[in-house]
Amino acid sequence: MRKHHPASQPLPSEITPRDRYFSRREVIAGLAAAGMVGAGAPGPAHAAALKHTKNARFSLKEAPNSLEDITSYNNFYEFGTDKADPAARSGKFKPQPWSVTISGEAARTGTFTLEDILKPHALEERIYRLRCVEAWSMVIPWVGFPLGDLLKRFEPSSKARYVAFKTVMRPSEMPGQRFPVLDWPYVEGLRIDEAMHPLALMAVGLYGESLPNQNGAPMRLVVPWKYGFKSIKSIVEIRFTEKAPPTSWNISAPHEYGFYANVNPSVDHPRWSQAQERRIGAGLFAAKQPTLPFNGYADQVASLYSGLDLRRYF
Amino acid sequence: MTAQARPAPKRFRADKPVLFLLCALPLLWLALRAFGVGGLSLGPNPVEALLHALGLWGLRLLLLTLCVRPAAVVLRQPRLMRLRRMAGLFAFAYLVLHFLTWLVLDRGLDLHGIVADIAKRPFITVGFTALVLLLPLAVTSTDKWMRRLGRRWHSLHRLVYAAALLGSLHFLWLVKADWREPAVYIAIYVALMSWRWWKRPVARLIPPTSRESA
Repeated sequence: MRKHHPASQPLPSEITPRDRYFSRREVIAGLAAAGMVGAGAPGPAHAAALKHTKNARFSLKEAPNSLEDITSYNNFYEFGTDKADPAARSGKFKPQPWSVTISGEAARTGTFTLEDILKPHALEERIYRLRCVEAWSMVIPWVGFPLGDLLKRFEPSSKARYVAFKTVMRPSEMPGQRFPVLDWPYVEGLRIDEAMHPLALMAVGLYGESLPNQNGAPMRLVVPWKYGFKSIKSIVEIRFTEKAPPTSWNISAPHEYGFYANVNPSVDHPRWSQAQERRIGAGLFAAKQPTLPFNGYADQVASLYSGLDLRRYF
Repeated sequence: MTAQARPAPKRFRADKPVLFLLCALPLLWLALRAFGVGGLSLGPNPVEALLHALGLWGLRLLLLTLCVRPAAVVLRQPRLMRLRRMAGLFAFAYLVLHFLTWLVLDRGLDLHGIVADIAKRPFITVGFTALVLLLPLAVTSTDKWMRRLGRRWHSLHRLVYAAALLGSLHFLWLVKADWREPAVYIAIYVALMSWRWWKRPVARLIPPTSRESA
């Protein structure tokens, strides 16, 4: 299960007594250690175990993809545009120390350390399907907490109709940012009711351990009913806004990527069909499988969009 | 034509076997990965890996085929022309495999979807057209067909210029945002075609004269 852990590196559980190791302080310390031990070592080798509970209500019954699949096949253009680039070229990235700036239409704003951001939140595992706009999908056991719980702490005002997110800008650690494939830094956004939806997750780990760099360390969004590019990684800024914030792929190709980007098998990407998806890890001869409206989460989220023309607001 | 009429001396030349091996290497590598030989694999998305590698090597070999005449002229090595057919046929083979991978493994022989894709998706339309253009070139690549078609053979085989352009556009069109690699191929194509444009009369004259002296 933990085959990615090199034998030379002790597990946090081997140093700390099990009961103490599972206290929240240790979780935060584990995150911090993960970043420091990780410098220079590519891949998920420096993951630290996270205390969490399993949220069965919000988890798929499907078997998750292997850790190998999840950490070696990534779209994270900050590290390069090849699927193998994020695993191969994220070794220099330092997810610790980390701070997040909260700004805009809220009572409490300012810059907070990652530890302050995470402190009040109990972590839970949720097994979500991730559907990429490129028509492939994975099943991933994320560890995180509801985004809405985090946002409420900053007491957004009635003017806060949207939430904008920004990825860190570090060309020296993120080689993909040295060429303007996208208009860096990466930005994303949600409508406030989408952000407050219980399915919207702020993830800090996967497979029970802290996020590897290539998956968006130290903290990323997971919005399972939207295409993967909405789930912004390595977040350094959260801003409450009155108007819809700009989003990176929409800036890059507005006719191909909308603000909403809800998974929708009946609205094709202009260059390819979205009716089916290829499940990663299914092998060379596996057939594609049908894509579900809202990536299978229609029962929970379709009501957010009642009355909205999903062909126009794709 | 006269060169082929003259009986060639039976001297072994390594150039063709070497080119054959070089052209077959990517295919061999893909086969090893596909069959999991020695722990190799095509990665988490094997269909995509196969599809992209075959298409990319097809395009590279197609552009290599276009490099042969400029190289023969610039380097004054008319013998290089002997290698062009093999490079071209390998390009065709990779592109047929690319197409079959898409047809069978990616689309699962869903003919309705396939026809819709070719008609609706410009980058697929363009790629498919390029392959269709190459088909008569592969068929007429034999000595027999060259003799039968005579001058018309050369006119027919200019279709390779269109196919290489469409192939490069097919690649450019499918990338999401990072146009750098397709741009390299398009730049090579433009350079090779510009050379042909500027050197047109010279390129026609040099091969026959050097053939006589060889």
